[in-house]
Amino acid sequence: MAEHPATHVRTYGQIAWLWIRAAWQYPTSFVLLAVGNGLITGLDFVGLWIMFSHLRELAGFSLHEVALLYGSASLALAFADTAIGSVERIGTYIRTGRLDQMMTKPVPLLVQVCADQFTLRRLGRLTQAGVVFAWASTYVDWTPLRVLVAVSMLVSGCLVFFGLFVGFSCIQFWTTDATEFANAFTYGGATVTQYPLNIFPREVLVGLTFVVPVAFVNWYPCLFLLGRDDPSGMPDAFQLASPLAGLVTMAAALLVWRSGVRHYTSTGS
Amino acid sequence: MLHVAIATRAFRRYSTYRAATLAGIFTNSVFGVIYSYAYLALWDANPTAGGYDAQDAVTYVWLGQALLMTIALWGGGSTDDLAERIRTGDVAIDLYRPVGLVGWYLASDLGRAAYHLLTRGFGPTLIGFLLFDIARPSSWLAAGAFAVSLVLAVVVSFAIRFLVAATAFWLLDQSGVKVMSGAFAIFFSGMMLPLVLFPGWLGTLARALPWASYVQVPADIWLGKHVGTDLAAALGFQLVWAVVLLAACRGVLRLATRKVVVQGG
Repeated sequence: MAEHPATHVRTYGQIAWLWIRAAWQYPTSFVLLAVGNGLITGLDFVGLWIMFSHLRELAGFSLHEVALLYGSASLALAFADTAIGSVERIGTYIRTGRLDQMMTKPVPLLVQVCADQFTLRRLGRLTQAGVVFAWASTYVDWTPLRVLVAVSMLVSGCLVFFGLFVGFSCIQFWTTDATEFANAFTYGGATVTQYPLNIFPREVLVGLTFVVPVAFVNWYPCLFLLGRDDPSGMPDAFQLASPLAGLVTMAAALLVWRSGVRHYTSTGS
Repeated sequence: MLHVAIATRAFRRYSTYRAATLAGIFTNSVFGVIYSYAYLALWDANPTAGGYDAQDAVTYVWLGQALLMTIALWGGGSTDDLAERIRTGDVAIDLYRPVGLVGWYLASDLGRAAYHLLTRGFGPTLIGFLLFDIARPSSWLAAGAFAVSLVLAVVVSFAIRFLVAATAFWLLDQSGVKVMSGAFAIFFSGMMLPLVLFPGWLGTLARALPWASYVQVPADIWLGKHVGTDLAAALGFQLVWAVVLLAACRGVLRLATRKVVVQGG
């Protein structure tokens, strides 16, 4: 385990490349999967657009402001999911005994699990999110500080989703068939980021700030980018705190991962 | 009688996974809460959007969450078994059986749907009733019609999923088509946003496609938007799609069988 982290990145890349070649064995499916995933998220945004054909503002936010929220969270989610989405399947690895096989290999378990069945299907989502974000950002009054906050927002957003996916997937070390429980926090967290968070009662916002910190993925930094006062009256410092939230989530997730692996006892087959 | 036995087995098969069911109910409820607040914000800004009021909208959200698994909106159910058996070639054994393939898998899927309705359907609905002001069916007639509409929704959804699985005869792997079909189902069923909000031609198109049978039609029946002949027309719409699509399933299966024979499987 003393190798340089760059070695792990390279190993990850090799495993990922293997899976891309494997998926390409069914080319029609490969293309349809990418297009289909782009379509799902594309239609997602069409949904928001249809919503706005019935109103001018959603809880005081215009379409391009909501698009900025949507685009930035969607980009972060797409990156995180492409990189480590497979971690959700850990329950299956435990059930089939593949986790035992992985443990015997000289590559960190987390790297193997994350790279396993790597798929480029999220390319569709990535493109779509990028386009929405680019369009919405033409409405932002850019300053150097805001550019910096935008970049840190995207990186921190990835970290937060990364942490949520890894952390909540670890539930499967303790119970093998309650996978969907994690979805409430991961995909649920991703869904709330499509909306201005002031549509929720304050208690929910507090939960989204301190428990499942998705508010830091886009809500607080976007308020800064848009130069808006926080409609819920949270401290202004939160708008710059995304990197901290990202690191804390990530660290917590790695701790949970570690204790999950320690707790793990093989199915014994 | 055989089909009842198949359905019962499918019901029992799904009921084995208790923790998964509880986790699913929790997740459906979380999404129900999220969408409820989103719709409340929408209907707060425009109280008559799509001819719904805020209570209709929130009721719609929870009906959608209750139906999500029952109609297997994302795909899956018995048709996933079929796709896998086509890929491995085991489907050849199914074709030998003295029972129609479509009927066999439909019975199995209805058993699954019954289980999902009792758990993933009633569970979130109960939570929804506790947390939000949800409308009850407008009359006993509406409640009865909703039950019929629900069965038809499952049949239409089954037929579409069967057709998707059948693509595996040609593509070997259904996953690409399944994702595409899921994307259309989410959008055109009214799961993402009620179809009554869809503007102009898009709304007309969405309400004519089979996916409207999944969520929009049952929900409107529950909400009492269809009465009298309108109610009969709504159920008739679902019935026509169910018949047409089941016929398509049989047709595709006949084509596919010829292909299997050619392959010598």
